[in-house]
Amino acid sequence: MLEYVAGHVNYWLIIVVMMVGLYTLISRTNLMKKLAGLAMFQTAVILFYVSLGKVKDGTVPIVDDAYEIYSNPLPQVLMLTAIVVGVATTALGFALVIRIKESYDSIEEDEINKLDQDA
Amino acid sequence: MTEQLTILLVVIPLLSAPITAIFKNHLLTWAITLSVSIVCFAISGVILAEVIDGKHVIYELGGWRPPWGIEYKIDSLNAFIALIVSGIAVVSGIFSFRSAPSEIDTTQSGLFYAAFQLCLLGLLGIALTGDIFNLFVFLEISSLSSYALISMGRKRQALTASFAYLILGTIGATFFLIGVGFLYAASGSLNIADIAERFSSFEDMQLVVTAFIFILLGIALKAAIFPLHSWLPNAYGFAPSTVSIFLSATATKVSIYVLLRVLFDLYPIAYWQELLIPQLLLVLGCVGVIYGSVRAWQQVEIKRLLAFSSVAQIGYIVIGIALLTETGLTAAVLHLFNHAIIKATLFIGAGILVYRANSTKLSDLRGFGASMPWTFFAMAFAGLSLIGVPGTVGFVTKWYLLEAAIQQSKWIVVGAIVIGSVFAIAYVWKIVEALYFNSKRKIHIQHVKSGDINIPSASKSMGLALWLGAIACLYFGLFTNIPFNAANAVAKALLGM
Amino acid sequence: MELSYVLMLTILLPIFGAVVISKLGKVPNIREGVTLLTALSLFTLNIYLLIHQQDAIQAGFIVAEPIDGLAISFAFNAFGVMFALIASGLWIATSIYAMGYMRAHKESHQTRFYTLFAVAIAGVMAVAYSENLFTLFIFYEFLTISTYPLVTHSGNRDAKRGGRKYILILMGSSILFFLPAMIITWYTAGSLEFVQGGILKGSLDSAYVLPLLLLFILGISKAGVMPLHRWLPSAMVAPTPVSALLHAVAVVKAGVFSVVKVVVFIFGTDFITASDANDLLILLPAFTIIAASLIALTKDNLKERLAYSTISQLSYIVLGAMIANQLAIVGASMHIAMHAFAKIALFFAAGAILVTTHKKYVSQLDGLGRQMPITFTIFTVGSLSIIGLPFFGGMWSKWYLLSGGIQFEGSQFVYWIILITLSVSSMLNIFYLLSIPMKAFFTVPSNEKTHIKEAPIACLIGMAIPTAMTIYLFFDPSVFYTLSQTLVG
Repeated sequence: MLEYVAGHVNYWLIIVVMMVGLYTLISRTNLMKKLAGLAMFQTAVILFYVSLGKVKDGTVPIVDDAYEIYSNPLPQVLMLTAIVVGVATTALGFALVIRIKESYDSIEEDEINKLDQDA
Repeated sequence: MTEQLTILLVVIPLLSAPITAIFKNHLLTWAITLSVSIVCFAISGVILAEVIDGKHVIYELGGWRPPWGIEYKIDSLNAFIALIVSGIAVVSGIFSFRSAPSEIDTTQSGLFYAAFQLCLLGLLGIALTGDIFNLFVFLEISSLSSYALISMGRKRQALTASFAYLILGTIGATFFLIGVGFLYAASGSLNIADIAERFSSFEDMQLVVTAFIFILLGIALKAAIFPLHSWLPNAYGFAPSTVSIFLSATATKVSIYVLLRVLFDLYPIAYWQELLIPQLLLVLGCVGVIYGSVRAWQQVEIKRLLAFSSVAQIGYIVIGIALLTETGLTAAVLHLFNHAIIKATLFIGAGILVYRANSTKLSDLRGFGASMPWTFFAMAFAGLSLIGVPGTVGFVTKWYLLEAAIQQSKWIVVGAIVIGSVFAIAYVWKIVEALYFNSKRKIHIQHVKSGDINIPSASKSMGLALWLGAIACLYFGLFTNIPFNAANAVAKALLGM
Repeated sequence: MELSYVLMLTILLPIFGAVVISKLGKVPNIREGVTLLTALSLFTLNIYLLIHQQDAIQAGFIVAEPIDGLAISFAFNAFGVMFALIASGLWIATSIYAMGYMRAHKESHQTRFYTLFAVAIAGVMAVAYSENLFTLFIFYEFLTISTYPLVTHSGNRDAKRGGRKYILILMGSSILFFLPAMIITWYTAGSLEFVQGGILKGSLDSAYVLPLLLLFILGISKAGVMPLHRWLPSAMVAPTPVSALLHAVAVVKAGVFSVVKVVVFIFGTDFITASDANDLLILLPAFTIIAASLIALTKDNLKERLAYSTISQLSYIVLGAMIANQLAIVGASMHIAMHAFAKIALFFAAGAILVTTHKKYVSQLDGLGRQMPITFTIFTVGSLSIIGLPFFGGMWSKWYLLSGGIQFEGSQFVYWIILITLSVSSMLNIFYLLSIPMKAFFTVPSNEKTHIKEAPIACLIGMAIPTAMTIYLFFDPSVFYTLSQTLVG
């Protein structure tokens, strides 16, 4: 049991990061904090993929006679794309927050909802 | 030759979008967008004609062999979806000629059309690719551009709607990504066909179920399947008219397509039948139909009403899928097509009303039917299609859907379908009544009294787009051969018949 | 071959007429002339089909095939030609009447009125000549939608509310019950063709006849069987010509026409009687007959009273169809014709009273008979025909219905129900219909000062035609009798 827990320590940490992100995302009313939570949530997934590719005792995947075991490079490559997507999402989110701030003069979700209902 | 065409569907908008973004001239950017859409539509047509009798067109990106490289494998379903998406792009392109300048600052039109083309690119990419990670990337391309497009709506609620969609959409996409990761961990592959082929070798792993649930949740969010639809009404309700038309007719449809691929091609049917997924989807579909219809009936704004109606219509499609029979699947795929036409037509009508009256509230639109009878007539006709009155496209799908439910003696499903339709009468009639009956007070159109010469009348391009849609509603309701054969071929292929 | 074109023309002619009428808004005289001309030509076409019915059996054409094996197609049929004849013949009378009425009443949007009227008639023709249930269903819905603007013609709040009820009940019930019933039939029998003797025999377990037939009867709410009858009183907000032709003849008769078609050509009368399903189903129209008559007694609004009378009379036809023996079916079919002539005369008279005196309540009619003798004579004739007294056409259909009832072979209890219903309801007819002309003729009005003249001459001519027909049909019902006979082979 202990071995199972210790052996998967990277996954446990990833789950913690993911849950912190998701919790921030759900519980905060501040739009900036929501975006921060979203970014953490995405980062956790990126970490998850990178962990997947790691092979025990494996080395960087550059073919050389000295090494026999290589880590899987594919997940890391995939994550390059995912990071780009994540950055784009966050950037777009920031842009929206700026526009929301301009037109509502607030970035608190409950205040914005109230303003919308009054209108 | 056709192989090369497939990649062009993605490459053309990919190249033209940044070019469009440079310009600020509305006419020029509009012309580029429309021509790109038309070219894509033509290519999709050629491809569909090629694959409709069961052939496959395969394109390997960069010449890499699958499963290592990314592969585009086109069968009738891919081509059908691509045709719907590009066809709707053409119609909304025609519509936007007058609508976009009235709703979007002209200095931004280059960016607007660039985002539109990117969205088209993303949706077409999803429809074509055979690689599940590539699918995720296209999903995000289309989603990101649609967040941007929605936020361009004139009211400030568009911003919050877009933000809410961004949060939920990203959660959905990330769920999908997690699922793909688990599946990759189990199978070591990202190629859909490859995974499906070797499925039995790793099907016992716990990972595979987890992957399935994550993928399913992610798609359900993107497809706005009840109860994960909360982002949809505001997003479609506050988006610029052109965007409402395009997204309502395509975005959720493409997500449903992904659902079909995952359920029928990626995972074996028997596998998820054991997980009681068909029953779950059936219940969600039925509840979604009734919930969406009732909520649509309660709305007082035409675009939100139509958006809630979309939730209900997605429910019909989900029911068709969950019935797991040839008739049911045919109905579902056919409804992808039919609902795209109907909803596009109705949103075009709503767009014309916005253009003329500067309002989407039904109470502000009283008596508009008298001053614009042709628009009113086309909208009423599309509304009747939504109800499923015979002689229209909506009827054809409802018929097959009911037939599929009756074949399996699922009477509760039959009940849900018909009760949903009765509510559809109620909400469509809200629009008809509002437009048809005169109001006592003078209507103010853009702060000008009705009947004043300063009010822009609906332009020819808008009328053309509207009537293209309305005529399609009638034509494909009477002469169903083309969509039915395509949908039936798809259903047979998915069920492996 | 040539007759197929005639058949096609019966549906296209009113549509074509509608297009022409819609362009003639500026010249009311020519517009109404075109309406009348279209009506006359349509009637001639139907007469032509009637005369050549031996050769016309082959006539038919297909429009489209939206669902594999189910075509939108039309074909000549004797029962259909009867319905088409009644509707197109009375359209002539209505057109003449409407000229007087709409002008005297200064209705707005008259062009829209005449245009949509013609469109609705096209729908009726399509229903009459439908080759299969699928086509019938399509044009049944078409009729609902095309008459909606006519019902809500005045555009006021009442019209809006009435129209909402109209569309929701008619279209709702057809989607809720009719459509599933049709798909179940399609699924079990593999066909929706109208075949003498029915298509369900042999493929449907006789235990399921009752629920399926019930679905059909509820689904075809145009037949006005309770509890889905409320749309008809709501539709009375329409101008009188609409109430007269559409809601006493065309639309409601399309409902009972469909019921009879379903009973005879989808189920087959033998199959229904053999399954004993009708024992229970008879109670529904029987209840409607009595209940609607009783409600009619309480209604002071003249048009509403007539509407409830229509509901009650329609259920005679449904009852006849449910009894499902030869005589009853013939009676039901003839009642479609006989009731049409009598009821349209009653509505015309009610409209004439409204347009000249602006009175729409029965209680206001005291002594009016002396000022409007022609109108009230016509009203009396119509009432007597509906009651079913001799020298009026209405007697024949009731005769056959009653004979059919006597020959009923189901349970004894239901047998007595039928007989009691038929006799009691005739008594009630006397009370709620005949009391109106009685009041008008024999009560002394409270104030004699007002000088009221007869309705416009066009109205009187329009009224006289169906009234004359009711009397004529007593002496020579052979046309409708022979056509009705074809239903039972």
